[in-house]
Amino acid sequence: MASSSEHLTGTVRVKRGLAEMLKGGVIMDVVTPEQARVAEDAGACAVMALERVPADIRKDGGVARMSDPEMIEGIKAAVTIPVMAKARIGHFVEAQILEALGVDFVDESEVLTPADEAHHIDKFAFTVPFVCGATNLGEALRRISEGACMIRSKGEAGTGNIVEAVRHLRSILGDIRRITQADSAELFDWAKRLQAPLPLVQEIAQTGKLQVPLFCAGGIATPADAALAMQLGAEAVFVGSGIFKSSDPAPRAKAIVEATTNFRDAHILAKVSRGLGAPMTGIGMDAVNERYAERGW
Amino acid sequence: MNVRVGVLAVQGAFLAHSEILEELGVTAVEIRQPAHLGGVDAMVLPGGESGTMSKLLVSTGLYEPLGKLLHGGLPVFGTCAGMILLGSSILDGRDDQSCFGVIDIAVRRNAYGRQVDSFEDDVDTTFGQFHGVFIRAPRVEEVGRDVEVLGSHDGEPVLVRQGVALAAAFHPELSGDTRLHEFFLSHVAGLVPVAINQTAKEM
Repeated sequence: MASSSEHLTGTVRVKRGLAEMLKGGVIMDVVTPEQARVAEDAGACAVMALERVPADIRKDGGVARMSDPEMIEGIKAAVTIPVMAKARIGHFVEAQILEALGVDFVDESEVLTPADEAHHIDKFAFTVPFVCGATNLGEALRRISEGACMIRSKGEAGTGNIVEAVRHLRSILGDIRRITQADSAELFDWAKRLQAPLPLVQEIAQTGKLQVPLFCAGGIATPADAALAMQLGAEAVFVGSGIFKSSDPAPRAKAIVEATTNFRDAHILAKVSRGLGAPMTGIGMDAVNERYAERGW
Repeated sequence: MNVRVGVLAVQGAFLAHSEILEELGVTAVEIRQPAHLGGVDAMVLPGGESGTMSKLLVSTGLYEPLGKLLHGGLPVFGTCAGMILLGSSILDGRDDQSCFGVIDIAVRRNAYGRQVDSFEDDVDTTFGQFHGVFIRAPRVEEVGRDVEVLGSHDGEPVLVRQGVALAAAFHPELSGDTRLHEFFLSHVAGLVPVAINQTAKEM
């Protein structure tokens, strides 16, 4: 009964497969093993291990880099759910280190200070899957053509303001809808305008959806924000500063998980939104001095 | 007869299952609340994070009514995390994680390692070779007397059946092969005629 085939790791199917498993879930930013346990107890489907949440990176300034491996190991040991970690845009050595540490997903993230102003990481060179941010469909397709297995709309991390996430989701999904209406000649123009590979644009015209799961990040602070992202068409949500910068993280985390599952049921959303204490304060876009979403090429 | 198959949709890869079920001509119903369970002829428990799904089963109030239906003989197909939920005990799980116990197996979570160890490989089944996609997959470590092993990989059981419950450690919903869903609907659940198409006949 010996199998004739090869045992293959790191294939596109295996890498995209983990993204499929995270759908309908909430991925939470955590900076300590204790926070990771709170996240898992609340029902997070994965955690993002980092040294500072985006709100603090924004406040402190300076260069934001990959987290200390010791800190990542501590979080890995604390939970049984998948652990993600961030590498700087283009910093393929940080990604190599994260892969060696056995993280389950690498986020090539604009929240960290970019290491390369022209190139993203060649993500096909890795066994570990990558998620990348995107503000529009062209950016999403360029990341997919480099091997990203999950796209998250960027939003504006660390603001507690959902407006940019909504803009990016609407841009990506709106263009997908428009492409399905285009005729074959118009697809050449779409590829040119999006600065995206033509075959990927043609594939979207056929299937009506992105090649990889589309999640939402950047600005989710309440259960209603999470449900808004899901109703707009995101398939899961990342919550960064929104949980551990609120007055009472554990119940808020649980409420956001329940809102993400029941995102179309306003009665349940009303129930889980009650008595959660103060959300993170948040900032208006006019007061944002540095837009992380503009990082990435 | 319009066959309705509930797909547990609290978290995980439920959409991929729904698409295959619809392709096979049955109605897939997303199950997020107890009220959604009315009138389903069978259930699918998809892959996802088993701990997260277990918590959401409790917070949505689904755990008890779904457990009752499964123990009352509702046909069910679980993949990966779904297999963990159907088993009788969980090794390396969280203390607060529960399972339905409709298949007498002990299942170890993430038994093959982390995501970099996730793999695809052929699985030998009683109806021929099947390409298995294993994502942070569970491993069946003990098999009860009443459990039939229908498929194995490297000598270990990866596809098991007990009565009307079927479970796979891998993800047939990701490999574009509908044979296992057909097998479930026809042979295990008895909901659709046995030979619904050519591939089913070959089984």
